[in-house]
Amino acid sequence: MSDPILKVHGLEAFYDDFQALYGIDMHVDRGEVLAIIGANGAGKTTLMRSISGLMQNGAGQVHFGGQDISARRADEVALRGLAMVPEGRQLFPSLSVWENLMIGAQVGRKGPWNLDTVCELFPILKERADQASTSLSGGQQQMVAIGRALMANPDLILFDEISLGLAPIIIRDIYAALPSIIGEGMSAIIVEQDIGQALAVSGRVYCLQEGRVSLEGSSDRVSREEISRAYFGIE
Amino acid sequence: MDWLNAILQGTLLGGLYALFAAGLSLIFGVMRLVNIAHGDLIVLAAYLGLTVTVGTGLHPLLALILVVPAMGLIGYGLQRGLLNQTIGQDILPPLLVTFGLSVILQNTLLEAYTADPQKLDAGALETASVSLGGLTMGILPLLTFLIAIGVIWGLQWIFYRTALGRAFRAVSDNQEIAQLMGLNRRHIFGLAMALALAVTAVAGILLGIRTSFDPSVGGARLIFGFEAVIIGGLGNLWGTLAGGVILGVAQTVGAKIDPGWQLLAGHLAFLVILAVRPNGLFPRISG
Amino acid sequence: MNIQDYTVSRSTRAARVALVVTALLLVILFLAPWWAGRADMRLMGELFLYLALASLWNLMAGYAGLVSVGQQAYVGFGGYMLFASTIFLGINPLVAIVFAGFLAALVSVPVAILMFRLRGAYFAIGTWVVAEVFRLCFAQVSSLGGGSGTSLPVGIVKSLASERAMREALSYWLALGAAVIVIAAVYLFLRSRQGLALTAIRDNELAAGSLGIDIWRNKFIVYVVTSALTAMVGALIFLQKLRITPDAAFSVYDWTAFVIFIVVIGGIGTIEGPIIGTLVFFALRETLADLGTVYLIVLGFVAIVIMLRAPRGIWGLVRSRYDLEFFPLSYRVHLKAAKGQDGN
Repeated sequence: MSDPILKVHGLEAFYDDFQALYGIDMHVDRGEVLAIIGANGAGKTTLMRSISGLMQNGAGQVHFGGQDISARRADEVALRGLAMVPEGRQLFPSLSVWENLMIGAQVGRKGPWNLDTVCELFPILKERADQASTSLSGGQQQMVAIGRALMANPDLILFDEISLGLAPIIIRDIYAALPSIIGEGMSAIIVEQDIGQALAVSGRVYCLQEGRVSLEGSSDRVSREEISRAYFGIE
Repeated sequence: MDWLNAILQGTLLGGLYALFAAGLSLIFGVMRLVNIAHGDLIVLAAYLGLTVTVGTGLHPLLALILVVPAMGLIGYGLQRGLLNQTIGQDILPPLLVTFGLSVILQNTLLEAYTADPQKLDAGALETASVSLGGLTMGILPLLTFLIAIGVIWGLQWIFYRTALGRAFRAVSDNQEIAQLMGLNRRHIFGLAMALALAVTAVAGILLGIRTSFDPSVGGARLIFGFEAVIIGGLGNLWGTLAGGVILGVAQTVGAKIDPGWQLLAGHLAFLVILAVRPNGLFPRISG
Repeated sequence: MNIQDYTVSRSTRAARVALVVTALLLVILFLAPWWAGRADMRLMGELFLYLALASLWNLMAGYAGLVSVGQQAYVGFGGYMLFASTIFLGINPLVAIVFAGFLAALVSVPVAILMFRLRGAYFAIGTWVVAEVFRLCFAQVSSLGGGSGTSLPVGIVKSLASERAMREALSYWLALGAAVIVIAAVYLFLRSRQGLALTAIRDNELAAGSLGIDIWRNKFIVYVVTSALTAMVGALIFLQKLRITPDAAFSVYDWTAFVIFIVVIGGIGTIEGPIIGTLVFFALRETLADLGTVYLIVLGFVAIVIMLRAPRGIWGLVRSRYDLEFFPLSYRVHLKAAKGQDGN
């Protein structure tokens, strides 16, 4: 077994005086799909921001692909092969669908994903290529956001709350597409409040509670009781 | 006929004002920065043109070959070395730092070139003119106007048709997400300022051919550019050209009524439009 | 411990000491005509007027968030109104100063209504345009000398006081008085309900709005009041100079750039900041003035470096180190020493 693609050790994060993460230890193996679950405010998004380099005001180390990226800016981390599908999709409103996808390819990494393969995965995007990204439905916007991250041909892709604010049927479609997205040597972290979806597609799961890892385990082995204890902090 | 002539001359003058404004508009569009030293940078470009033409004997328009990349480099250096540190929610740091820059530039130019008015010598081009049905157009103002159209068309093309323009718009929309896509906003901002000052170089040389200049005239150029941007509507480059033309026409028509009213008429036109259409005539983004 | 164990007050020991020192200092400064030379008095007079301008700009930008680069409009307007009302209406110069302030308040109302449509930095440059309009308008008035300006007639100068020494002393006292009145007014204003609302707006405009504070109205009041006071200071400046031209009256560098530098160097958003900034500004000017333009280049660098490295200014550095406040605005919670012990 080779080194894990991502290794986090003793990670802490702060918003001014407020500490949001306490000594997080975690890792993602190559080719693995990892789920991170936890209630609102447990620190999931802060963890994603710290790993991706958007937040740099804490202690601890983050190693990505064998390199220490703790002090790297987000754009440098992206160039090393980490992509994110951010919470709330966050498309660029003044860019068309096609341009949003092209921005993803900005990092210039080689791999299986390009405009053709992304449009094969989400055919609707081809029809809407020249439209303003704001004119799309929520589900279609989510497809653009996923496509945009794939265009970077990343080694690790972070999905931050991709089901938030979407209709159940669309969530189902997007999760159905995930196995064909991941694979091909790509690893993924799926951050979710929807525990069922997260456990179904992941191999391993971490649960966060008040900024700490409260549970780690194999997704098919953790019990409902363990999860609810780790999730809510109640017996 | 006199009035028609005044309107025509004002329209052509508007081309120069649009060139003053295009850089401001670009910078504001990409990074919401208002550069108080913009006018002084126009004057700096005129002085660089002066040094090049005097030193090499080149025609001022050919001097652009050297002055444009020089201003571009200055822009990139300025942005990365200084102005990037001022970008944020608070408007005071960029305002104060560019104000300081304006004072430094003006006095450095004063030290280097003295306060004597200077002019770029463009030879026969300055006096050449064409007649069109009783109206006379100077070749230089006409050329300036055509260059303004060309520059704005070029900026528009970069903005909407190239990867660089895509990056400009992405960073302008959302700096954090753009960073997640591997865009280094410091570098992108540097390139935006380089492009803005390249345009400023063109504006400065054309200003220097048209009128005499000294280190103190930057403030007025900033104001003309600013007025053209606001009249046209923030974030719309073609609107900026229209804004420049409206300002130019107001000034020449004002001067026709009374020579002392030239600048006043321009400012009043700006204030009237601000009162009636606070977002400008063709707004694209909200300030 | 109970809530009664605490007292809340604004007063600090440093503030009480400062009050005594300030009172002493004011007496000494008031007596300057008897101990200072003419040149020194002139310099101090100028210093006080800059201090007044800086405190006013600080109130606008540092507390009300109105970053204007067009206050030269009111400096020049005040100067011109002094000249116009004394020359044409024969008003006594001292009355004319107040009259200039009143007229400036009237003029600032439509200006504010128009300029408040612009946001942030665009408001800033918009106010500059207004100042340019003022300059160009006054340059059109041929009875005030048009573009080349005019001098205050000897008769009017003499109406202040017949003796030169007395005039110079009067002009000095007016400048000192202006600085004291402006700082006191700013201080009292900030301690009032209005001032509290202003601080709330500065700290968080959205939240202040949702708490029912009328942001527009508060900013409007500050703009009108500072404009009127700035015009009165402007009248004093040109009463000291005795000569006015459009370029000098509406100079963006003299009346706005330097004032902003003073406030930022000293510390924006504090009452002490402009005082320190003014002292630093004059110290720099007096030591480097021989260097001419180099002095201005140095000033520009100093302002930039302070803004980037110490955005709270010199006073901000001092305060973060020693927790001092000479003009107490913030409330402090004190534990009552006597009661604190009986619990044990």
